[in-house]
Amino acid sequence: MQLLIFYGFGFLALFSGIAMIMSRQPVTSALLMILNMFCLAGLYAQLGAHLIAALQVMVYAGAIMVLVLFVIMFLNLREKAGIVSKHGVMTQAVGIAVLGFVITAMVSKLDMAKLPAAKAPAADFGSVVAIGRVLFTDYLLPFEITSVLLLAAIVGAVVLAKRKV
Amino acid sequence: MFDYTYLPSPNLIPSLVEMMLKIMFIFTMNMGVFAPVLGWVERKQSALMQDRIGANRADIFGFTLFGLLHIASDALKLLVKEDFIPRGADKPLHYLAPFIAVVPALVAFAVIPFGGKYMLWGHEANLVIADLNVGMLYIFAVASLATYGAVIGGWASNNSWSLLGGLRVGAQMLSYEVAMGLTLVGIFMVYGSLQLTTIGMAQENFFRWGIFLQPLGFILFIACALAENKRTPFDIPEAESELIAGYFTEYSGLKFAMFWMAEFLEMVTIAAVLVALFFGGWHIPFITHQGLIDAMGHLFGPNFGAIAAMLIHAAVFWIKVVAWIVILMLIRWSLPRFRFDQVMRLGWKIVLPLALMNIVLTGLIILAVR
Repeated sequence: MQLLIFYGFGFLALFSGIAMIMSRQPVTSALLMILNMFCLAGLYAQLGAHLIAALQVMVYAGAIMVLVLFVIMFLNLREKAGIVSKHGVMTQAVGIAVLGFVITAMVSKLDMAKLPAAKAPAADFGSVVAIGRVLFTDYLLPFEITSVLLLAAIVGAVVLAKRKV
Repeated sequence: MFDYTYLPSPNLIPSLVEMMLKIMFIFTMNMGVFAPVLGWVERKQSALMQDRIGANRADIFGFTLFGLLHIASDALKLLVKEDFIPRGADKPLHYLAPFIAVVPALVAFAVIPFGGKYMLWGHEANLVIADLNVGMLYIFAVASLATYGAVIGGWASNNSWSLLGGLRVGAQMLSYEVAMGLTLVGIFMVYGSLQLTTIGMAQENFFRWGIFLQPLGFILFIACALAENKRTPFDIPEAESELIAGYFTEYSGLKFAMFWMAEFLEMVTIAAVLVALFFGGWHIPFITHQGLIDAMGHLFGPNFGAIAAMLIHAAVFWIKVVAWIVILMLIRWSLPRFRFDQVMRLGWKIVLPLALMNIVLTGLIILAVR
């Protein structure tokens, strides 16, 4: 059952990822990306990381993609012939060959026997309390630095927006 | 590779039955009761408030049943109406948009408890479909997906008014989502949990209801929830005087009805969240959860007593929800529509700072009380 759900989400995520790149229509691309992020959230939830899954949907699939869609609609980007890549068949073939080589190299290096046996996660793994505790004890410094970084970004955005007035 | 925890356990059959019953109950309440009846309530209420007679034309042999027959006639009309797709519209997306609007409104209800926990013949029944640890975050996540229905509908219609409506939905949702999350942080701080069942149990004492502990958070949350629901005074995405009908201008028949239904279901969800977070959930004031179960147990014996307590609690919850729906609908007929810049200013310059202030204040008070 779990395996089935995993494959379902996994294939849907792969499909939507590829279809997103292939799509000629910006809005369709954005929607497929939302689908992709939603599938990732499903995979997170299946791993027991419920908080990450909820945040994935809320922040990425919800907020950020609404913004992306908003901009696409605002600029009224419809299907255009020029959007599709103009690279020749040779370039594409070389690209696919390189990608294939990298993937085979990675897979051949993977030695399944060397992987440590899977440990059962703690009972409260992925819960809000568990993540909050780790975030405010072991990872306090990175957490705070990230928030300062975000604050700087907000101030920067306000400065950029103010200049035009 | 197979996870053996999913194999049948002795508890599986009662758990499955319980789950099916709960899902069926919520689905019937939403799709069978609220979605159709709220349309009638809205028409009757507006008629009452505007000193009109209201929906009273549909009749069977002269009986109008207070206009209730309009529900059937409306449904029939919407079913047989031509399903129109404008030329140049993005057909698949135009088709998909109403579904994207309805589904989040339906599934958001999964984490809202409409009762507590009861022991029935040794099986513990928990009156919530999914008792998730992330609780309220799940509702936020689902609510953020609900935006897409309107946005895509506006885009796919190939109509400038629709597009403008869709754009406004995007901007409005984005602005108020942030504020809505922050208004509830105070509640999470007070009760120390995101889980709605935990928050529900913590409100057993009447004076520990959310409304008394978080009055500012409550007012801010109502403002944000109304904005997310896109109803007057926040209905600029569908402002009739400016945009015809906004993002659903080009929708007819059942697809139009689905947008309409999504709006009502969102309102039911908002009312239920309000009750679960601020108005004591399923609790009767001054009667404890266990107290009612014990009292009913004396009357009907342990198992049937628990069932009686369960029914009473569920009824109390739904009565509170209906009361809130009526209040939320009252707002629509009481206030004029905001302008777009006013909506944006209210969201970013008033609600958001106040919500942040509420968080700081709550933190200080919690620190002082400890």
